[in-house]
Amino acid sequence: MSADTVPVTGWGRTAPTTARLIRPRTYEEAVAAVRDCGARGGIPRGLGRAYGDAAQNAGGAVLDMTGLDRIHAIDADGGTVRCDAGVSLHRLMEVLLPLGWFVPVTPGTRYVTVGGAIGADIHGKNHHVSGSFARHVLSLELLTADGGIRTVAHGTPLFDATAGGMGLTGVILTATVRLQPVETSLMTVDTERAGDLDDLMARLTAGDHRYRYSVAWIDLLARGAATGRAVVTRGDHAPLDALPAGTRARREPLAFRTSRLPPAPSFVPGGLLNRTTVGIFNELWYRKAPRARTGQLQRISTFFHPLDGVPHWNRVYGRGGFVQYQFVVGHGQEDALRRIVRRISARRCPSFLAVLKRFGDADAGWLSFPAPGWTLALDIPADLPGLGTFLDELDEEVASAGGRVYLAKDSRLRPELLAAMYPRLADFRALRAELDPRGVFVSDLARRLHL
Amino acid sequence: MKDAFGTPQSLLVLGGTSEIALATARRLIARRTRTVWLAGRPSPALDGAAERLRGLGAEVHTVDFDALDPDSHESALGKVFAEGDVDMVLLAFGILGDQAHDERDPAGAVRVAQTNYTGAVSAGLITARSLQAQGHGSLVVLSSVAGERARRANFIYGSSKAGLDAFAQGLGDALHGTGVHVMVVRPGFVRSRMTADLEEAPFATTPEAVASAIELGLRRRSETVWVPGALRVVMSALRHLPRAVFRRLPV
Repeated sequence: MSADTVPVTGWGRTAPTTARLIRPRTYEEAVAAVRDCGARGGIPRGLGRAYGDAAQNAGGAVLDMTGLDRIHAIDADGGTVRCDAGVSLHRLMEVLLPLGWFVPVTPGTRYVTVGGAIGADIHGKNHHVSGSFARHVLSLELLTADGGIRTVAHGTPLFDATAGGMGLTGVILTATVRLQPVETSLMTVDTERAGDLDDLMARLTAGDHRYRYSVAWIDLLARGAATGRAVVTRGDHAPLDALPAGTRARREPLAFRTSRLPPAPSFVPGGLLNRTTVGIFNELWYRKAPRARTGQLQRISTFFHPLDGVPHWNRVYGRGGFVQYQFVVGHGQEDALRRIVRRISARRCPSFLAVLKRFGDADAGWLSFPAPGWTLALDIPADLPGLGTFLDELDEEVASAGGRVYLAKDSRLRPELLAAMYPRLADFRALRAELDPRGVFVSDLARRLHL
Repeated sequence: MKDAFGTPQSLLVLGGTSEIALATARRLIARRTRTVWLAGRPSPALDGAAERLRGLGAEVHTVDFDALDPDSHESALGKVFAEGDVDMVLLAFGILGDQAHDERDPAGAVRVAQTNYTGAVSAGLITARSLQAQGHGSLVVLSSVAGERARRANFIYGSSKAGLDAFAQGLGDALHGTGVHVMVVRPGFVRSRMTADLEEAPFATTPEAVASAIELGLRRRSETVWVPGALRVVMSALRHLPRAVFRRLPV
């Protein structure tokens, strides 16, 4: 078990703090690390894809769980896997796809761990069908503050506190996850353009139920009549008979293929992504997309994880880093969504990674983010003048529409708004106070938002 | 904790009646700051400052702190950190002295040096250690352009700020990689009580402008901030002037 005192940030590379980074290689080492983490506590960390300060712990311990990465058992008939929390979704895909199984939920990157996926209760393009990740977790083993290991079954209060609990109930050691059967490793994808926000919402409302996966890239720099124009991509796992005969894809239908470009350089000057460059990118991206195309075959990596093709893409924002803002507002709150999109567009926030999605039913996690309605996610360079105040104003809109922002992406929310956004917060605090009276598990996020 | 924009939730001001510090506190309270500690010698002015900040919605405490009594710093500042994390320490105390008078009365000059330099070394080291233990935080040190090159007209004050500035830079390097950020702020002539009797110098600025520059510096995690920014170039030129020329300048 190694331990180094190092600066730690989230994927957005803002607000670095220093912690002892401990990398347990066995459960015993993990138990010892939790017992010895000292006055400033500890927090588990996976692959560091949370954008903000969720997996940081200033002056304390950060438990890098990626050293615990064994896949224990695969039930290839029933479609479940039991693995360590440090296993990445990438690894699961490598192992499971050839057996005809896929992860039940994948976010926009496959470089997240199973533990992180549960801790943030992540969602994907299939949320309207499949819900969030924790829906598919049958049980998990949780290392709690007393140093004990508990088996936590789906549906129990501790499970619901842990799903979306941002690692604050304990360290997830293993999980049993129900899988999605697939015939091939390819996707059939339909693409269409939407000319403005209302057109986009109408298309998503009318057609989402026909697809397992659906998402829209939205051009937040477009103004006037084009405000909210978007490219909708929706798809399903391709059935075997959709692959053309005689091709390599048909001969090896379950091969998991990815491609990676060289990583972004470690130093990129700030300001590269500005209104001009992002405006040009967005214009090209929109024009490049077909007005309507159906049945295109794409790799899983192309459809779900385009950004994983550029390792360390987060560096392109330069030293100042970036802020990711994601919120959800319920069905019936379309006006709030329109107002927010208009404000972002009028403000000319240079965002090239903005996506809009329609969520389905919520799951039971107390701090789980998804709720039925509309979710918008966007990246913004952190050094944009006045950004802090602007996002505060958006928070007010979101909160007054009964919506919430996503903690796994947050790095700047005003703590006073949290309880309104997460009505089960009081239950969460009460459970933590009982389970972890000394406050062993703590993160910068928890300190900032008084979780 | 600071947010993604470097805005602190808790602030400790050393020199709780400093106009620059209070302007900074007002600005930060308008953003995220909810807890403020004003450290200074007990006085109606300190209580009044605390009351005004409370009016803005912050929870404000005052702490007895005397820069000239380094022996008391440990316990006075230790109490603050024992209450919880301090995201930002603003080292803002300092006195201008009276150059002409202090040249005749070395005891007065020593008081300037002890307040501005010795007191700051003590308080700076003590707060830096606490920040390092919590693994995060910014130590913002109010230096001055006067420390960049000592002038005939105020070299006693200038030399104390030169010492403070060098100390803070070195401290910043020592703390690099510990999660603690040290920022040296070098304002030019600031229109305030402290300078009310002086003739205004070129590039004069205001406490509010310095506060705004500090907020920006926090966001950028800057190590040095000049206010106004043009002074960086001006002082760089002045620093390289030959002594014989510099001495004759009407500054």
